[in-house]
Amino acid sequence: MGLRVYIITRILLTIPTLLLLLTMVFLIMRVLPGDPVDLHFERKGTPEQIAQMRQILGLDKPLWNQYVDYLWGVVDIGYLLRHGYPNLGKSMQVTSQDVGGQIFSVFPATLELAIYSMIIASVVGILLGTVSSKSYNSLLDHLIRGFGTVTYAIPVFFLGIIFQLIFGVYLHWLPTGLRINPNVEPPAHVTGLYTIDSILEGNMVKLVESLKALLLPSLTLGIILSGIFIRLTRTNMLETLRLDFVTAARARGLKESTVTYDYALRNAFLPILTMMGLQFAMLLGGAILTETTFTWPGLGSYIVGRINYRDYTAIQGAVVMFGLFVTLVSLVVDILYAYFDPRIRL
Amino acid sequence: MSEKKIESVLARCIPGLTSLAKKGPSGWMIIIGIVIVLALVVMTVIGPWISPYNPSAFVGPSVAPPNSQFPMGTNVLGQDMLSRVLCGGSIMLQVAALSVLICFIIGVPIGLFSSYAGGFVDSACSLIMDALYAFPGLVIAIAIAAMLGPGVINMSLSIAVVYIPTYFRIVRSQVLSIKELAYTEAARAAGAKWHTILFRYVFPNVIPSIVVVTTINFADAVLTAAGLTFIGLGVSIAIPDWGLDLTKGRELIASGAWWVITFPGIMIILLALGFTFIGEGLSELLNPKLQR
Repeated sequence: MGLRVYIITRILLTIPTLLLLLTMVFLIMRVLPGDPVDLHFERKGTPEQIAQMRQILGLDKPLWNQYVDYLWGVVDIGYLLRHGYPNLGKSMQVTSQDVGGQIFSVFPATLELAIYSMIIASVVGILLGTVSSKSYNSLLDHLIRGFGTVTYAIPVFFLGIIFQLIFGVYLHWLPTGLRINPNVEPPAHVTGLYTIDSILEGNMVKLVESLKALLLPSLTLGIILSGIFIRLTRTNMLETLRLDFVTAARARGLKESTVTYDYALRNAFLPILTMMGLQFAMLLGGAILTETTFTWPGLGSYIVGRINYRDYTAIQGAVVMFGLFVTLVSLVVDILYAYFDPRIRL
Repeated sequence: MSEKKIESVLARCIPGLTSLAKKGPSGWMIIIGIVIVLALVVMTVIGPWISPYNPSAFVGPSVAPPNSQFPMGTNVLGQDMLSRVLCGGSIMLQVAALSVLICFIIGVPIGLFSSYAGGFVDSACSLIMDALYAFPGLVIAIAIAAMLGPGVINMSLSIAVVYIPTYFRIVRSQVLSIKELAYTEAARAAGAKWHTILFRYVFPNVIPSIVVVTTINFADAVLTAAGLTFIGLGVSIAIPDWGLDLTKGRELIASGAWWVITFPGIMIILLALGFTFIGEGLSELLNPKLQR
């Protein structure tokens, strides 16, 4: 199978996954108790108002009908082309708002946070993991492993608050919230990622300000995730360093750093890459809490803001968006994997 | 429990612990983990008796830093932080225990039956479980908890949904290999009924891997419970709770009041760390592939 065929098959396979996801989220939202209409009127609505509201929101229709309507909206390409985002229904809190539009406007914030956290987590994790495997069973190894285990047990928002306290409140070095200094105009919207948009605009002040705002949130999330990468890298490196080709490279008199990084790490990298894809799901969960901690205006803050209103459509839309994101990442990882390791395509 | 019984239980446990210590670092990890968890459980149980003040009473000035009268300071309402730390573990422990129990009761049987039955049932179960598994767990927990509303049982349910697939997958993969082994085949040939094979022959061999998952699940449940509390899906404010104190304390950080968040935060970390230690130690003991 060629790479192109593999990629097409893999993309087609994501469709049933997404459909299943959409269906599950839809059912969970509708079957569980809790009524957005009651909450909309703060439980003071008259029966007529409630009935009218249910009609506006389409909640008076049978469940399968609502489901078909929802699915139909999601796949409505015409709507997507007209608005630039899919039809995910109207918000149940403020019925004039398009959930799709809101989600697509806050999503870049989450994406930017996720990208930088992933970079920090993988750099810290792979470096420390390699060092740890090289000094197997030494004090350094135990310290690094201990660090990895502890990061796993720290609530992400607690680390965030501690960082805010130290670098924001005590030292006044970094901002403790928002994507950019409120006194600075955000860069013109191109990608929605402030750092990239600032570079495109050629504005250094905005770049520095958005990086400063990004540093604490992405450091928080990155450190929490790095523990898993440390363990993964260490385990894979220990296995790889024991293989014959590493011994052979060493026997040929290659420098130890060449053996470690060019030979062993390169071969241990594929399983690490796969796990990175899987960790993205966990990263997004952590992103919700990080966003709440740093008042970061992304998808996580959006979902948290809508919880109290039981805004079905908003929560549903955000959850589906998270799912879509995870599915796309695993798609990219699989394609990269096939590219690096041709055996996968067989 | 009478004293004799306690003695006999202890007499059985202590040799177990000492033999664990002989197994090297992973054994020690398990011991440290057990000690941390037990200490926190005992502390929570006897907390109301040993705490210097009523944890819900307004006993001192608002946001007083640690001093001789209030060793961990007071929060914005003037409640004693030490008393709140001593009593604040109960919700988290309840939620963790309950969610692990729910996961176990639902995930393990589904995994057993699905993999044993095979065919369409197995494919369907696996498909749903895999979709759930690949999904950001906290997002699902938040969505479900948002619908169910706050409370210990609702929190536990929403956390359980996230971890059921983990149990399912681990049980399923184990059963798939065990059911082809010679002794299960022999039992089948001897005319044993399917439920006898499943519960007498297969299930006992799955237990070790479930135990590892369970302890790690405990740690995750603690952290998820703290996370749910943090975004406002926890329990009522009348009960002292580490997660809630951390959440409320966050509003005070601009004033530099570190004590309001640090102590409850450390307690949550300790609890999660205790379970993580047990889990990691166990998985290393049971999977000694990497011990040279």
